[in-house]
Amino acid sequence: MRVNIDEEACVGAGQCVLAAAEVFDQRDEDGVVVLLQAEPPAELGEAVREAAVLCPAMAIHVED
Amino acid sequence: MTETASAPATAAFPDTRPPGCPFDPAAEYRELRESAPVSRVSCPVGVDAWLVTRYEDVRSVLADPRLNSRAASPSNHVNTEADLDAPANPGSILHHDGPEHSRLRRLLTPEFTVKRIQAMRPYIAELVDQHLDAMLEGTEADLYHDFGLPIPSLVICELLGVPYADREMFQAASGVLLKVDITQEQRLAASGQIQGYMAQLVMAKLANPTDEDLLGRLIQRANASGTPLTVEELVTLGISLLIAGHETTANMIALSAAALLQHPDRLAELRADPSIAPAAVEEMLRYLSVVQFGVFRRVVEDLPVGNVVFKEGEFVIAALSSGNRQESVFDRPDEIDFSRNASAHLTFGYGAHQCLGQQLARVELQEVFARLYTRIPTLRLGIPFEKIEFKHDALVYGVRSLPVTWDTQA
Repeated sequence: MRVNIDEEACVGAGQCVLAAAEVFDQRDEDGVVVLLQAEPPAELGEAVREAAVLCPAMAIHVED
Repeated sequence: MTETASAPATAAFPDTRPPGCPFDPAAEYRELRESAPVSRVSCPVGVDAWLVTRYEDVRSVLADPRLNSRAASPSNHVNTEADLDAPANPGSILHHDGPEHSRLRRLLTPEFTVKRIQAMRPYIAELVDQHLDAMLEGTEADLYHDFGLPIPSLVICELLGVPYADREMFQAASGVLLKVDITQEQRLAASGQIQGYMAQLVMAKLANPTDEDLLGRLIQRANASGTPLTVEELVTLGISLLIAGHETTANMIALSAAALLQHPDRLAELRADPSIAPAAVEEMLRYLSVVQFGVFRRVVEDLPVGNVVFKEGEFVIAALSSGNRQESVFDRPDEIDFSRNASAHLTFGYGAHQCLGQQLARVELQEVFARLYTRIPTLRLGIPFEKIEFKHDALVYGVRSLPVTWDTQA
């Protein structure tokens, strides 16, 4: 699994951090998403997919 | 242009809840989702609009840059006196789109990150406990005025740097501004009052912006960005945060208590295991959909939705409460079920305007859900359920008051 994020689109809602804190964080200065692991292990797959679904800005893209 | 104009509406915007079911949205939505998921309705404000009722369509229109928010204030379609062509005030984050919206939102997002809000949790928990301690000195209270309203009001005042002692003025003014059918005079009077108040506060913060509160930090952050916020922008931002920060959560606290007291099995689950509070909060947000009239948008560029095309200049209503009750997304949607994953609900909206303060609302509600029902295990309504007055005429749904009682604690 590979995760891509679109920082420009991000609106800092924080939904990704709630869904998968091991993979996503937010920058202190502007709240924009920070990708902690671009290739998260399989056991985090479900949480990462949920983060992508919840993101209101559709800024998270997941490739298998 | 005229040959492609959309047909006039044949139905009125559904704004009436079914009798006897104060927690259910208008009954029309169920049928519309099945038979006419994109339909034409006439709105109280005097224009026809597309009404979008299915979950997927609500999400896709709210995320579509071909719709704009300038006339959105937040449910202008149900306000008979709203001016849909009014320009967006500078600093009004609800009414700007694109780069201007991004600029304002990016200045505020650091204040509402998951990390920042989690750091406020102990303070919020203590605040909830203090109010419960005070309530427990007696055996009855009004769960809206004595508990639901003060907690988020104190939190937003503390965060913004607004003296809580001034709450009566802004609570009264925001109560007026969030009513459906206010006259222009009432709107101007209430907004003039709150603007005068916020302007004074902003001037004081501008003279001495400190790190101690959101307004001070916002001024510093904007200065550092090279594009300082004007007084007018700061006043508008401050008012938006102050109103959004207390009304919505206050109504959720009291309205969910009214609903849960009618569902003793769910309440028993929460009392038995307060650690389920986060899931319970998401489910109640979904079930109650307090932004009861949905989100209003205007089309700026033609776009196809379903088998129709929304034309430039037309209006669209995204029915949040309808999407939240869609069976193919939430199994048995009219039931409260804490075991479901309800976190993809539409209650905070969707797209670039999704609620900025949602993580703060979550933590406030979670601390209330985890504490209120365990610390007062015998909590019950102090009046018959039928006597509860619901806010059918407010943009944010709730109860006008909620008298409750309990047995003296041993």
